[in-house]
Amino acid sequence: MFLKAITFAGAVSLLGSTAMAGCGIPGGNVSILSNDFPAIQAVTAAAAACAEDGGSIEVNLTKDHKDIMVAALTANPAQYSSVIVSNSTLVTLMNGGLVRPLDDLVAKYGSGLSKSQLITVNGKIMAVAFMANAQHLFSRTDVLEKAGVDGIPTTYEQVITAAEAIRSADLMEYPVALNTKAGWNLAEEFVNMYMGTGADFFEPGTANVSVNNKDGVATLNMLKSLVAYSNPDYLTYDSNATQAEWEAGNLALATMWGSRGGAILDAEGSNEMVTSGTVLTAAPTWGNNARPASTLWWDGISISANVSDKDAEATFVALMNGISAEVVMANNDAAVWLVNGYQPSPASAGVAATAAGGAAPYPMLPFMGALHTALGAEISDFLQGTESAEQALADVEAAYTAAAKEQGFLK
Amino acid sequence: MKNRTFFWFILPSLITMLLFIALPIVSVFVQSLYVEHKAVLIEVENCGPFGCTQEVQVDVAETAKLKEARPLGQFNGFGTYTNRNHLAFAEIGEAWQSSTGVRDLLSKALNLPFYRALAFTLTYTFVVTPLVLVLGFFIALGVNSLPKRIKGPTIFVSLLPMIVTPLIGSLILFWMIDAQGVLGATLQQIFDDPSLSLKASPKLTWIMLMVYGVWHSAPFAFIVFYAGLQTVPADTLEAAMIDGASRWERTRYVVLPHLMPLTVFIALIQLMDNFRVFEPIVGFSAQASATSLSWIIFNDLAGSEGQFFGSAGATSVLTIIGISILLIPVLIRTWRDFNRKVV
Repeated sequence: MFLKAITFAGAVSLLGSTAMAGCGIPGGNVSILSNDFPAIQAVTAAAAACAEDGGSIEVNLTKDHKDIMVAALTANPAQYSSVIVSNSTLVTLMNGGLVRPLDDLVAKYGSGLSKSQLITVNGKIMAVAFMANAQHLFSRTDVLEKAGVDGIPTTYEQVITAAEAIRSADLMEYPVALNTKAGWNLAEEFVNMYMGTGADFFEPGTANVSVNNKDGVATLNMLKSLVAYSNPDYLTYDSNATQAEWEAGNLALATMWGSRGGAILDAEGSNEMVTSGTVLTAAPTWGNNARPASTLWWDGISISANVSDKDAEATFVALMNGISAEVVMANNDAAVWLVNGYQPSPASAGVAATAAGGAAPYPMLPFMGALHTALGAEISDFLQGTESAEQALADVEAAYTAAAKEQGFLK
Repeated sequence: MKNRTFFWFILPSLITMLLFIALPIVSVFVQSLYVEHKAVLIEVENCGPFGCTQEVQVDVAETAKLKEARPLGQFNGFGTYTNRNHLAFAEIGEAWQSSTGVRDLLSKALNLPFYRALAFTLTYTFVVTPLVLVLGFFIALGVNSLPKRIKGPTIFVSLLPMIVTPLIGSLILFWMIDAQGVLGATLQQIFDDPSLSLKASPKLTWIMLMVYGVWHSAPFAFIVFYAGLQTVPADTLEAAMIDGASRWERTRYVVLPHLMPLTVFIALIQLMDNFRVFEPIVGFSAQASATSLSWIIFNDLAGSEGQFFGSAGATSVLTIIGISILLIPVLIRTWRDFNRKVV
């Protein structure tokens, strides 16, 4: 196995070096801003290898990329020639007209891309996706077995039953976790759960919010019944915290990001008992709905509007090199790649199953961000038991409406 | 000093103050009167790895034209100040009409983000400031009476909480008070309650933030008081001793009056500092239970989903007004002292 890996890596580096010679960067400056997780590290490292063609390639990987991207791309010339975007960040950048259409570049250099990778808005290609992500269920089969639970839960109702069984068997007091840190994470859990009902967040075709309805109330109640089995500190739990709790063996059922799968299943930071018992499956459904309660996300390449055509071209070529089949094959388990040549693995089974189950993509609406922020600030009152579900949702709508007016989406 | 000389003497500081204090405040105020242009929306087809959907998008070209014409946005007057996310006049008015009593009115007001933040900010300010003064004073007294040889190291150690960057300090404590952290687990043992969590209940979160605030700021009060203690006239102290004053009486009637101007100074600085409490809320991930005015501004500006410059501007102006109101009593006192000395 080890030998095989070495020869494989050797082959890849050979391929890489031939690719380097043939990166074909026509000259120009490349600077990339992006989130920081293993799959993206692999992509940007491969893109940076093109620096041997001459020209400079700079990469800034940071969890805070969302906070700086608008300011960095508004400058002319822009601070970064590319931002690695996702559904929601692409919308933020497009709202400001900060990214350019990629049709000509794709026509020239994108022959290896499959059509499903092209993110088109109003007929123009605005981004090239290379990986998919979604939150889905992680289960500890060994704990479920000990608690006498049959199989892995496929609905959130079953998750609650299983959690109760684990608790009453005295195996764990708090077996469940979701990324419920107040703010963006908690709002994302609401969005996931609400999407599972199939209801819309807005009145169709308008920016008028409509979440204060029976689906919204049911969503909140479902979240509340889940956090009843979560550690009391759940309002401070983000992805890093839930991953650490999982690896420490403190959890048996958790909804976490697919991009954490690889890190959770590897030997680092955990023990054999946890990793061997961990199974990744689709996001559960709930309330007799067929759609998994999750949102699908993609990560992809965008090119700044405020850079010269030469830099844009160089950036695109470097990043095409970053998402080549060789890079994907060498980092197969790091993500659910959308690139040809990807082999599904246990670490990606959850995301693939969630997508196959028919989960919807995160809404690419310009005013979704304002609603997400309002949700993150207002629904913790309900979970803490200080106000009713209807009141919390009324607060969400009011906070959203005030913010959307400030942003010019509502009169 | 002649008026002319005085003018040239003060001119550089005047210009600096104008450039770095007055102008930014004016610009923030102007920004707070504007909101973004009405977005021109179009319905388009979005396609991606998960299929195609009809969705609303901003018409960038049309919106850019509006921005070009008036870069500040559309004039909104004090609309941002009075909307639900700030002073919420309409909501408060309605609560006034419909509420059944003071309690009900208060709980309705505290459901609004601005008033909720104001409640925590004021509580924090008025709990932490006096505690810092008292604690700092007693630490200073204690350290001052230590033998010379251990004084230096003691001072250094007492200053440590202030040296630690607030965000780092609060993060360290955040993990220590975790249910599995050393402090959190100890508290669970002491109170014999395995479900006790400082992070879970809003009340305990408030207490934790204030304890942190005192821990972090007490060294500042201590070091100022300690410096002041070195200037207490020995003659007066000795005279008091000969008159038979106890240690407490000497502190109460000699030391304390001597340190009064310093107390005012520390109170002033602490009121300002505590009113803009921010780092511990981020460090302790406490925004579900406690928000402050500064945190609201941060949330408006650092929100990943677009920035609310008008909203942040309005909250900033309201914060400046809040600080001015808080400082009025202290400033009046300083002004009186100043006049007395001149005469």
